[in-house]
Order: sequence, then C-alpha cells, then structure tokens
Amino acid sequence: MGIRERLSGNEAAAIAMKQINPDVVAAFPITPSTEIPQYFSTFVSNGQVDTEFVAVESEHSAMTACIGAEAAGARAMTATSANGLSFMWEQIYIASSLRLPIVLSLVNRAVSGPLNIHNDHSDAMGVRDAGWIMLFSENNQEAYDNLLMAHRIAEHKDVLLPLMVCQDGFITSHSIENIELLEDDKAKAFVGTYKPEHYLLNKEEPIAIGPLDLQAHLFEHKYQQATAMRNAKKVIAEVSKEFEELTGRKYSFFEEYKLEDAEIAIVCMNSTAGTTKYVVDQLRNKGIKAGLLKIRMFRPFPTEEIAKALSHLKAVAVLDKADSLNGAGGALFEDVTSAMFVNKVQVPTVNYVYGIGGRDTTSNDIESVYNDLADIANKGGTNDFYRYLGVRK
Amino acid sequence: MAYNMKEIIATKPARFTAGHRMCAGCGAPVVGRTVLRALKNEDYAVISCATGCMEVSTFIYPYTSWTDSFIHTAFECAAANTSGVEAAYKSLKKQGKLPEDQHTKFITFGGDGGTYDIGLQSLSGAMERGHDMVYVCYDNGAYMNTGIQRSSATPRFADTTTSPAGKVIPGKMQNRKDLTQIMAGHHLPYVAQSIAVNNFKDLYEKSEKAIYTEGPAFLNVLAPCPRGWGYPTDMLMEINKLAVETCYWPLYEIVDGKYHITYKPANKKPIEEFLKPQRRFKHMFLPGNEWMIEEFQKEVDRRWQELLDLEEITNKE
Repeated sequence: MGIRERLSGNEAAAIAMKQINPDVVAAFPITPSTEIPQYFSTFVSNGQVDTEFVAVESEHSAMTACIGAEAAGARAMTATSANGLSFMWEQIYIASSLRLPIVLSLVNRAVSGPLNIHNDHSDAMGVRDAGWIMLFSENNQEAYDNLLMAHRIAEHKDVLLPLMVCQDGFITSHSIENIELLEDDKAKAFVGTYKPEHYLLNKEEPIAIGPLDLQAHLFEHKYQQATAMRNAKKVIAEVSKEFEELTGRKYSFFEEYKLEDAEIAIVCMNSTAGTTKYVVDQLRNKGIKAGLLKIRMFRPFPTEEIAKALSHLKAVAVLDKADSLNGAGGALFEDVTSAMFVNKVQVPTVNYVYGIGGRDTTSNDIESVYNDLADIANKGGTNDFYRYLGVRK
Repeated sequence: MAYNMKEIIATKPARFTAGHRMCAGCGAPVVGRTVLRALKNEDYAVISCATGCMEVSTFIYPYTSWTDSFIHTAFECAAANTSGVEAAYKSLKKQGKLPEDQHTKFITFGGDGGTYDIGLQSLSGAMERGHDMVYVCYDNGAYMNTGIQRSSATPRFADTTTSPAGKVIPGKMQNRKDLTQIMAGHHLPYVAQSIAVNNFKDLYEKSEKAIYTEGPAFLNVLAPCPRGWGYPTDMLMEINKLAVETCYWPLYEIVDGKYHITYKPANKKPIEEFLKPQRRFKHMFLPGNEWMIEEFQKEVDRRWQELLDLEEITNKE
C-alpha cells in the first residue's frame, strides 16, 4: 500500500522527479510550471537528490542543456509550459532526432498571442510532430504515475525517444487532490538506473553526435525515428502493465469510461475527462447511453485501437483544447477521424474546439455536447462538424 | 618551459585531424587544432560546436575530424550544450558513476555569428553560471557559412552580401561589437584575445591557460576567411600578423580582472596595411573615400588607447 498524500499537480510532478533522482535538471521559470523547478531546487539545496540543477537563462538553453547532459550519459529532466515549449521548439526536434530519452513535464498553457497564462493544449499541439512520446494526464495522480513510467519507456533500447508528460495548467497543476505515492525505495526500484550504451563522457569510446546529415543518410535516420515511435506502443503497454502490478493502477493507451455499451461518446484529453465522467454518470442516471474515451497516449497515436473502441457508436464528439486554425478542425479531431477512416469505421463525428485560454468548461457545456450528439445520432449525421463550445460569437 | 612548437607537434598528436573540408587559407582549423593541442595528452575532452563553417566541414555523417567526443545541436546554443555536458560530468563524478581518475575538459567552438549574435544569450548564461569550460570564438567577421552576411563582428565599411558597398551606402555602417569586453564584464577568471601568429605561441599559451583555469574561460580568436575577406589563400599568416601589427586585433588577456597586453608592436603599422590586401575593403581605396580609412584608423586608435588605459588602471597597486 502506498503513501496517502494531498498534493497539487506541480507538487506531484516534483515528488516524482525527486524519486527518479535525475542526474541533471535544467529549467527556466514559466507560469504555470514554475513550481516544479522551484520545489525541485529545494530538494537539491537540501541534499535530498544527487542532481546538478542548472538554472539556465532561457527555455531554449534548458532543452539544449538537457540534450548535452543526456548525450553525456546522464538522466536529464525539465519542465515548462506554453511559450517556454515554443522557445524550445528547435531543440525539441533535435532531442528526438539524437534519440535522447529526456523527460519533460509539460504543464499545458495557451501559447501567445496575445499573452494568456491559462490552460489549453496549444503548446502540446505545436510539438505533436516532433518525435516525442506524449502522455496526457487527467489528474495529479496520473501526472505522477506517468512520470514514474516515463524513463522506463523512453530509455528502452527499442525506443530511445524523449517523452513528455502533460497535465492541465492551473486546473490540475495548482489544485490539491488526494494522491497515492509509491514508497521511495519502490519508486526507485521501478524506475531503475540509466545505463546508456554510447555517451560523450565515455573516454573508452569517444563519440560524435549531431552531424551534418545530408541526402545520403537523413532519410534513413528519420525512418529509424519513425520505427522507434511505432516500437514505443508495445513498450508503453508493457511498462504500464508492470506499473499496474506494482500499484494496482491500470493504464492503457486510453481509458474507456462506460464506453462499451454507449451510443454516444466524447473523446478528450487531460482534466476535461474528469468533468466528462461526471456528466456521463448524470446522463446514465437518466437512461442516456453516454460514454467517454480519454486519450492518455497521444504520441504514438493508437489508431487501430481507437477506431475499434468507437466503432459501435452512433455519434462521436472529439474535443480539442487547441484549434489548428486550418479551417477544418483541431488536431485530435483529425487524428481520430483519420484513424476511423483507414480502419473503415463510419460513425458520424463532430469536433468541438473548447476551453481556449483557460475558458471554463462546465458540466453544462459537456452536457450540451451530449445533447448535440443525441441529435446527430437521431439524424444519422451532420454537415456542421467543426464547432466551437462555450465561445461568445 | 619555453614554448617549442616542434616539440609540441612531435609529442602531442592532433586531436582535430586532417580530412576536414574547410577552405584552403581559412583561419578556423588552425585555431581548432592549436586550441586542442593545448590539452594534456592524458586528458579527455568533450567538444561542443555551434552550427557554422567549422561544424559542417568537420562532421559530415558518417565522418568526423574530432578524436575526442563531440556534440553539435544548433546555431545559438553551443555554450548551453556544454553547460549540460559539464553538469552531467559533475553529477556523475559526484555519484561515483565515472572513473575517479578521468579528467575531462569541456571546450566549445562557435563562429562570430553563433557567438556575438544569435548565441550571445546562451554564452552569457553559461559564463555567468560558472561552468568549468572554455568557449572559443573563431571570429571571421561575418556569417561566412551562409555566404558572407554581416554580423555584429563585421568591421565598419566591410563589403558583405547584406551590407554591400553600393552607390549610396559604402558597406557596413556600424563599428564592430567588442565581445571580449562584454566577456570581461562577466568577471570571469580568464578572458583573452588571440590569433595564430608567431608559431602559434600566443594562441597555444592562452588556450592552455583557459583550459586549465578552473571555471569559465573565454577566448576570442580572429580567424580570417579568404572567401569573405578576399585575400589570396597563401596569405593567411601574413594577414594574421597585420591584424596584430596594426593593433586592429590586439593580443591581451584578463586574469582575474587584471588586463595584460601580451604583445605591443614597437611600431604600430597604419591600418591601410591590414585593409589593403582584402577585397572587402577595396572601395575604401577609391579616390574620394580617404575619409573611410581615416575613420577606421581613428576607431582602431581609440580602442587601442582604451586597452592601454585598462591595463594601467587594473594593474595599479
């Protein structure tokens, strides 16, 4: 039995990092993730971790220092939000191309502009094609658990990709919830130690990384990255299973909440799933067969499994907490609908862009989506598939 | 022990090897090789390099010119890369995860574009944080790798592809930034300005000091570029010498705040001698443009005097 605690999402992330005890943490303050390096530097100052904390002068340097540290043979971690991640963007791509299993705690916030410090998913969506494994977390417990599983996944020899654990800025990062922590020794034993095969600080085998990689080789290297991302799926399943055996907490690629016999369902990520579960329960009491599919593993995207899980429904709504501004819908909507299409699943599906810039998404908002879905199910479809939820027009 | 180039070359194998693709007559590989020669043979190094001529000519997959470990990620962040590597070293060493007798040095190379301009922030950050590292700027006075665009290190009036000497605007209109002074403002244990002259003595000795001074050190080394400057490729060493003899590029070091000019020309040569062999200054020698040479000379004199003053002030008892 673990340790019962009450922690905010940021505290939970910091505690996970303390238990992981990375060799290097390089971070820069940005709301709402600032508290993570703040708490963590206290652990450093009090000698509770072996970590070298590098208080860099920017997020670009945070990711660059993590790349240097990880390449050197160390376990490196960082945390950021929004513009911080945007500023890292160049290095985000380089980290994955160099196959460095860096772990980043991303506290999701709206990317400027104009400036807004509150939650949406525009930061994460900006790096969705960057070659990072991306795990989303509904609450503090999941943010903690995903971080404890992160290194096992990222450092696996068939994967060797960086990984980010996402949670919603303020909504979970600053809310205190009950949480069950693993005992330090159990957490450490689960995470294990990092034993890189090749690293800069190995005097016996000097290496050079980050070449000029031209037409004769880059394509193959990108293919290797793609292969690693496909391999990650199996590793995520295995590590999650092992974590379940240890903690009793089950993690899959996505969570199906009352989905099996549902007729209408919402697909969403992070904290909105909590609100949606509440609404599903209310609707179920009224005899409405509502369900939820909450995505945990956004990269790699579980295409086949999602299509299968949604195949029996009469209508589906995909909720995007960021618009792709492409005139056609959000990123998650496009991923879900193309997953359905290639797997020959024909269910009327509609997109809602919601919660932008921290706009509250209430249970009434979610209920209105289910009402719309009931209507779409009755009519057998809709042409109006790209919608906004809770916006003043 | 007195400096002896022949002996150094005989006893210390090159750690920046032949086969790289830098141009004939380029100053940068000379800088790279000389700096690394200052490492003790038994010491290991991790080299970090900013995107630029040196990086793209020395590490084209699957070949490398570097015998030590090497990392490159992007243009503006070589110093931050080294910060991470050095932090990892400290951490792993402290935890007993690296052999106790392994001594590793951290050396970073960047051109003037990656150092004076786009990389200034990460350089400043790394130096301020006090990582045990040496940052070497090989300053060729423009973005040579992308085709000779002006940088903040480009001297006034130089003809570059983004400050072309035209009918109305005669080349770059601004004076060059003094990065060595900016680094001096960071109050580092060791800052120096050097060039490959006199059998590389000055550069070798300053590199040795920089590498074996604990904490952050900065070396600014002028590295002429035959394509960007427009001199014959066999004239590299002569151009280096003229840069020093005209006091365009004074050789000095700052040790714990004290300035020391390591070479004072007995007869300071007029700046024309440095400018004349270079195509980028050709328009300055056209009739009617004498004022450009005068102004150039004035700026060189002003900066040289400032340096003499700083040496005097900082060495007062």
